[in-house]
Amino acid sequence: MLEIENLKVHFPLPSGQTVRAVDGLTLKIAPGETMGLVGESGSGKSTVGKAALRLVDSTSGVIRIGDLDVTKARGRQMRKLRSRAQMVFQDPHSSLNPRMTIRRAVAEGLILNTSLRGKALRDKVAEMLEAMGLPAQFHDRFPHELSGGQKQRVCIARALALDPELLVLDEPTSALDVSVQAQILRVLRSLHEARPELTQLFISHNLAVVRFLCQSVAVMYLGRIVEMGPVDRVFDAPSHPYTKALLSAVPVPEATRRPDRIRLQGDIPSPTALPTGCAFHTRCPIAKKDVCNVQEPPRIELQDGRLVRCHFALGSAPE
Amino acid sequence: MTDTDITPGDVPGATAPVPRKSFREARRMIRTYSRSFSSMLGLALVTLFLFVAVFGPWLAPFPEDAYGAVNFDIKLQPPSAEHWFGTDQVGSDILSRVLIGARTTLQIGLTVTGIAILIGVPLGLIAGMVGGWIAETIMRITDIFLSIPGLILAIAIVGALGPGILNAMLALSLVWWPGYVRLVQAKTLSLRNETYVDAARALGAGPFRVLFVHVLPNCLSPIVVKASMDMGMAILGAASLGFLGLGAQPPYPEWGAMISTGRAYLPDWWWCSFFPGIAIYLTVLGFNLLGDGLRDVLDPRQR
Repeated sequence: MLEIENLKVHFPLPSGQTVRAVDGLTLKIAPGETMGLVGESGSGKSTVGKAALRLVDSTSGVIRIGDLDVTKARGRQMRKLRSRAQMVFQDPHSSLNPRMTIRRAVAEGLILNTSLRGKALRDKVAEMLEAMGLPAQFHDRFPHELSGGQKQRVCIARALALDPELLVLDEPTSALDVSVQAQILRVLRSLHEARPELTQLFISHNLAVVRFLCQSVAVMYLGRIVEMGPVDRVFDAPSHPYTKALLSAVPVPEATRRPDRIRLQGDIPSPTALPTGCAFHTRCPIAKKDVCNVQEPPRIELQDGRLVRCHFALGSAPE
Repeated sequence: MTDTDITPGDVPGATAPVPRKSFREARRMIRTYSRSFSSMLGLALVTLFLFVAVFGPWLAPFPEDAYGAVNFDIKLQPPSAEHWFGTDQVGSDILSRVLIGARTTLQIGLTVTGIAILIGVPLGLIAGMVGGWIAETIMRITDIFLSIPGLILAIAIVGALGPGILNAMLALSLVWWPGYVRLVQAKTLSLRNETYVDAARALGAGPFRVLFVHVLPNCLSPIVVKASMDMGMAILGAASLGFLGLGAQPPYPEWGAMISTGRAYLPDWWWCSFFPGIAIYLTVLGFNLLGDGLRDVLDPRQR
């Protein structure tokens, strides 16, 4: 359904440097699958989502949604893309125009992409909002009159109104209170049953949420995917040292300290000056001199179908 | 005078769900606005000014005095029951001249602010949305205009065009627009990066739709606030030009020009310049207070 091949998104800075937000990313999501995209802040997760919808232009590489080439789409094809792929953004407070009622907000995409008008339009909008648990008395309210959770449900309704085949969810819960997060997660979970054919790319840094919602997961570090595979395999037996570090950073409600915790030192390197060789070698606990800082790690496919980018993924870890 | 004539106008005539919404919005705005005494004072002053501007010629006891009637036998009389504001050096009734002059003043304020908005807002939108060398050019020209004191430049322009009320308005309009470019460009730059603009683009909105549906309506509040304050400032500017003899020419009933002629008769015949001065003072004060009140109502942070 969604295929990304060797995607690069670089932003030139006024200083002459280049931010390599996404640098050679390849992933594939099957129709109806929900894939989680996880990584630290600044790893380029959101940029991937925005590039998939052409909200940012990619520098090179191919993005295909079905048979549609996103990076080359023009005119009619762009319009087709709009009804194929939609996005829910991180902050619901700023993703609704403060001067539009939520009815107008949901109608916007339908007005732009379909010939629905008048009563048919109103009925469709009402149906979308009610499916998200927003009854008729809300439809003429302005965003500032709604709570964060209600706004995010409006955003989901707006994205789904066009019956997209791909839905990109860019950290849809991280700007919300914990109690409201649960409510949005339930809505997203029920989407699996309501629209089994919908392909979803779920961008998050919350591993528990990814496990709850996704079938597969891709772990990103500095614009590349370091490990990708089925959620339970990746989370139960992580193979890349970065995935291990991420998983061991998840707080566990236990009184005893876990002796095997991996603590990463320092910050993620600047995407303007990527490390040579394996991008992770500056912080990797098992990095080996003259290998990791020189050679780029190959893509290694494990027996369970996982893809790992690490020199030592097949077990030849050094002492 | 305030609460009653705004709300009912919005209600009838619209389709089913719309009136409830605009009614609720309007009621909320009126509640916020009327909570402040100074805003209400501003609204009262502006309403009084608009009333006088519309009905001035019928309210004036001696309307012909505004257009050059001369009665030397009653010149420079102090305020009395017959001439409330006294008479000037040619025996014209100052009250009549002030009342009829309100229309000129309103005309100046509306024209100057209107032309400034018509020039400034589109330039600001272009500079904010397009970027690149076009934006750079617009903003640098704006900076050049902003770096020269407005009134001095206006004096220079009127000096070149020749004194007169029309030239004064033209000159003031030409120095007034840079403020709007700055305001709208800054607002557009920040709105352009709002997530809802990204969301609209994801839904298929083209650049013009983004501009007119998502960016411009959200720029409107600061424009309205600035415009209502600029009404006062433009009136003051025109009065200054009139005072310097570069604006309206006597006996044309313009407040600044009236102060200018009255100045020669200070301090003994103080009423000649005092009453036009008070009129300018109250009008400018009214528009400023109104602008302050509108800012409180239209500021999205209130919501």
